[in-house]
Amino acid sequence: MSVKTESKLERILAAGHLAITSECGPPRGSDPEVIIKKGELLKDHVDAVNVTDNQTSVTRLSSLAACIHLKLTGVDPVLQMVTRDRNRIALQSDILGAASFDINNILCLSGDHQIFGDCKEGQNVFDLDSMQLLQTVRHMRDDGKFLNGDDINRPPRMFAGAAANPFAEPYKIRVPRLAKKIAAGAEFIQTQCIYNLDRFEEWMNGVCDRGLHEKVYILAGITPMKSLGMARYMKKNVPGMDVPDQIIDRLAGVPKEKQAEEGITICLETIERLKEVKGVSGFHIMAIEWEEKVPEIVERAGLFPRPKVSDE
Amino acid sequence: MIVGQQKPLAEIWEMVRKHRKVLVLGCNSCVAVCHQGGTKQAEVLTSLLRMQATQEEAEIELVDGGIERQCEHEFFESARDAISRTDAVLSLACGVGVQFMAEKFHATPLYPALNTTFLGAVERPGFFTEKCQACGNCVLATTGGICPVSRCAKRLLNGPCGGVNKGKCEINKELDCAWCLIVNRLEALGKLDDYEDLFPLKDWSKDRAGGPRNFKVEGYLP
Repeated sequence: MSVKTESKLERILAAGHLAITSECGPPRGSDPEVIIKKGELLKDHVDAVNVTDNQTSVTRLSSLAACIHLKLTGVDPVLQMVTRDRNRIALQSDILGAASFDINNILCLSGDHQIFGDCKEGQNVFDLDSMQLLQTVRHMRDDGKFLNGDDINRPPRMFAGAAANPFAEPYKIRVPRLAKKIAAGAEFIQTQCIYNLDRFEEWMNGVCDRGLHEKVYILAGITPMKSLGMARYMKKNVPGMDVPDQIIDRLAGVPKEKQAEEGITICLETIERLKEVKGVSGFHIMAIEWEEKVPEIVERAGLFPRPKVSDE
Repeated sequence: MIVGQQKPLAEIWEMVRKHRKVLVLGCNSCVAVCHQGGTKQAEVLTSLLRMQATQEEAEIELVDGGIERQCEHEFFESARDAISRTDAVLSLACGVGVQFMAEKFHATPLYPALNTTFLGAVERPGFFTEKCQACGNCVLATTGGICPVSRCAKRLLNGPCGGVNKGKCEINKELDCAWCLIVNRLEALGKLDDYEDLFPLKDWSKDRAGGPRNFKVEGYLP
């Protein structure tokens, strides 16, 4: 896959390195210090940092603004953009806004339903879905045109990504759904958190059988469990999350004060096993409210120091 | 059909209580099928309002009645006299009927007794489900006859989100995931491969987004 953008993430992947991305949720306020601190904490240990877009539909500082703060600290941000809150005018406009700050990565999502957030009575938009947003990004970049066909002066040059959940129903379309996202323009994929390794490997086999791993970079989603309570909550309450009983049992088998450590150990074992899985191009480490653990995980997983790539 | 649901009695009473004579007018089409807006329901609602009036010692005369449809001129002939003799009309029609009547009886106060809820089907007696949002640009040919615009909470056109749980939508455990239904139906039709066809950006200008719609049938226009 040839390099098409200035994205550091893309160049690391294209060079054949295992890439590392992480995640930063903007604050519920306008203080940029929180984001800058997270950026400083992560920047030497990861290749790019995703910025969530009003995740779980809770209103926060905008993803684009937070990406700009991160960019200024020297981080390569991944702008997460959901189609829930903006129509095609606003989406194209924000893509151009991000491109004007040379934000080089975008993750195209539909977004959680607003019923889970702080504006349950609000309208949702969904003018486009995540696949159509991918098509829009690629059209703007590759054809240099707006959706209506008009030329864009200095088109956005973004590395286009999408999410994939190998564990969600209906299972029979899990591989076809990835193929469809690639056809829509996805160049990298960040997966849902992986706890059920057998099922993930089964999905990856299907992906490789169709040669899809040669058309897209797949970053395996990793979230360390902070406690037994978190594991139980994710198993029971988070749709599309597959937490096998072995994970619960392992965390339950150690004293409460050792559970976080056990969570990190499980996470490192997961990374070790996934390094060997054909088609895995890197890891997307989402340490929820536990960002300070990311550098340790990267180091202990033998993925530090991060590779340097030229700016060419 | 159009499905409606009666507003809470307290809200209805608040709308009509200041009038001296109110005609409670049912509509015997769609909203009668869902047991909310027909002549029979108008009669029951009138009784409830009379009880409320007695409790509050309000001087209000309530008369009930009904016509076949409140969205066509011809059916109003039988109600014209009753409407002309009342101070206000409480309509049990859908929003279409209420507005149609408002245009016909320019100086008569009109109140909606129903919340118009959706375009739906009679799933089983007493249970109605939404099936269509009248987007003006039908997609059912490519989605196995199941509509993601009206039945997916995010109206996704290219497949399910990650929130499916045992075939149900993450926002409501009683709601089937439209995309699970679509995928199963495509499989039954031997067309599961069609799932991979990308659905292009939808033209929403034929939907609500394009402004109020009308439709003219040449040859039937006066």
